[in-house]
Amino acid sequence: MAEVTMKVNGKTVTKSVKGNTLMVEFLREELRLTGTHVGCDTSQCGACTIHVNGKQVKACTMFAGEADGAEVSTIEGQAAPDGTLNAIQQAFQDHHGLQCGFCTPGMVMAAASLLKDNPKPTEAEVRHHLEGNICRCTGYHNIVKAIMAASGQDVSGIAAE
Amino acid sequence: MYSFDFERPTTVADAVAALSKEEAQALGGGQTLIPTLKQRLASPSVLVSLSAIEEIKGVCNDGGVLNIGGGTCHADVAAAAASDFPALAKLAGNIGDPAVRSRGTIGGSLANNDPSACYPSAALGTGATIVTNTREIAADDYFQGMFTTALEEGEIITAVKMPIPEKAAYIKFEQPASRFSLVGVFVTKGADGVRVAVTGASEDGVFRWTEAEVALNGNFDASALDGLSVSGDGMISDLHGSGDYRAHLVAVLTKRAVTEANG
Ligand SMILES: Cc1cc2nc3c(=O)[nH]c(=O)nc-3n(C[C@H](O)[C@H](O)[C@H](O)COP(=O)(O)OP(=O)(O)OC[C@H]3O[C@@H](n4cnc5c(N)ncnc54)[C@H](O)[C@@H]3O)c2cc1C
Ligand code: FES
Ligand code: FES
Repeated sequence: MAEVTMKVNGKTVTKSVKGNTLMVEFLREELRLTGTHVGCDTSQCGACTIHVNGKQVKACTMFAGEADGAEVSTIEGQAAPDGTLNAIQQAFQDHHGLQCGFCTPGMVMAAASLLKDNPKPTEAEVRHHLEGNICRCTGYHNIVKAIMAASGQDVSGIAAE
Repeated sequence: MYSFDFERPTTVADAVAALSKEEAQALGGGQTLIPTLKQRLASPSVLVSLSAIEEIKGVCNDGGVLNIGGGTCHADVAAAAASDFPALAKLAGNIGDPAVRSRGTIGGSLANNDPSACYPSAALGTGATIVTNTREIAADDYFQGMFTTALEEGEIITAVKMPIPEKAAYIKFEQPASRFSLVGVFVTKGADGVRVAVTGASEDGVFRWTEAEVALNGNFDASALDGLSVSGDGMISDLHGSGDYRAHLVAVLTKRAVTEANG
């Protein structure tokens, strides 16, 4: 066991963890932040996407010990404290960017990372950025549409609702 | 996953010391090693993370040679090489997906030497030098077959020195499920002539297609490759493509790479 300290959604936490504790286990089981999902556990699906020091990572393929001293953001930190959704979350709701919602936390975190570096992405750039995020329900068009809308672009030309 | 101790040294010297322990293994970005640990295909007693060692991160251009720290992640290579070596930036920027690129490192990729990985073709195709904590190894001597390299137990890749060629291109035919290369070809034209490095195809891992190099040294144009082909013998054959199909792709992609390199 070793002690790790990190800032998760702005709050400093210190816990003792085993060497092989994955970041996603740390978030879900130690901190009870269960919005970060485990879809595949093999770094294929992106349901576990979070940000570590501002970089998009798959929490199922990183050890908690690697985040010692880091700033971590998860889906729980995206909405305002009063529950008001952020622009990306609101766009997913407005444009029907989710069905079962299992992939959604990862999609929202991936989108946030894209828009931070590229505030007005093209449709092709959005699709390229989402290559590591799998959705079994929507067929992606409305996810792409939601992300384009969240970036303030006209989405009337993108696929059908 | 079996249990292990986790160490996170901040210098190469401390990492080398930690790796001298019984059954110790280095952890780069973990994008290959963590899935391997989950499958219980590796069982280190100590995992030595290299992610806190700042001295092996970053990219600089030393008079036409790109010096890339072994612990530099793919996303940082893509950003840093964009203006000086766009073919390498394109390769790094298309590895896996954004999350893989924020963690996976060039050192980890070259140490692993997956037969379908992208970086081995760039290292061999540029005639790079692999720098470790103890020595420098020419790419031509470094790759020794599928998942096999010249690295000794506990040796750490601290940097990769890639001469920036006059012309270069990497063309990857993606295996759409894994996003690794089904076949990838890295072509360069530099001071020492043309190099054609092929990944994804051979059962012996990355290799140089010397026949194509000879033809392209005479005339660096895709037409110089007309009539040249590689044999399907010894090529990887799996559900994604037969050996003959991969061999065919090698010739097609080499032509495309030459055309792209000529801009
Ligand atoms: C979904 C997905 C898609 C991918 N797609 C591609 C792709 O398209 N192309 C591609 O090339 N790769 C791809 N990869 C692999 C990815 O590039 C890995 O990051 C890389 O192969 C391993 O690098 P790592 O830093 O993660 O190493 P790790 O997984 O941490 O380690 C791999 C091996 O290298 C050793 N090692 C690590 N760092 C060093 C070092 N500095 N010195 C010596 N030994 C070291 C470790 O001990 C281990 O044996 C993909 C991976 C995933 C999960
Ligand atoms: S659970 Fe992490 S990528 Fe699928
Ligand atoms: S909404 Fe169901 S998996 Fe994406």
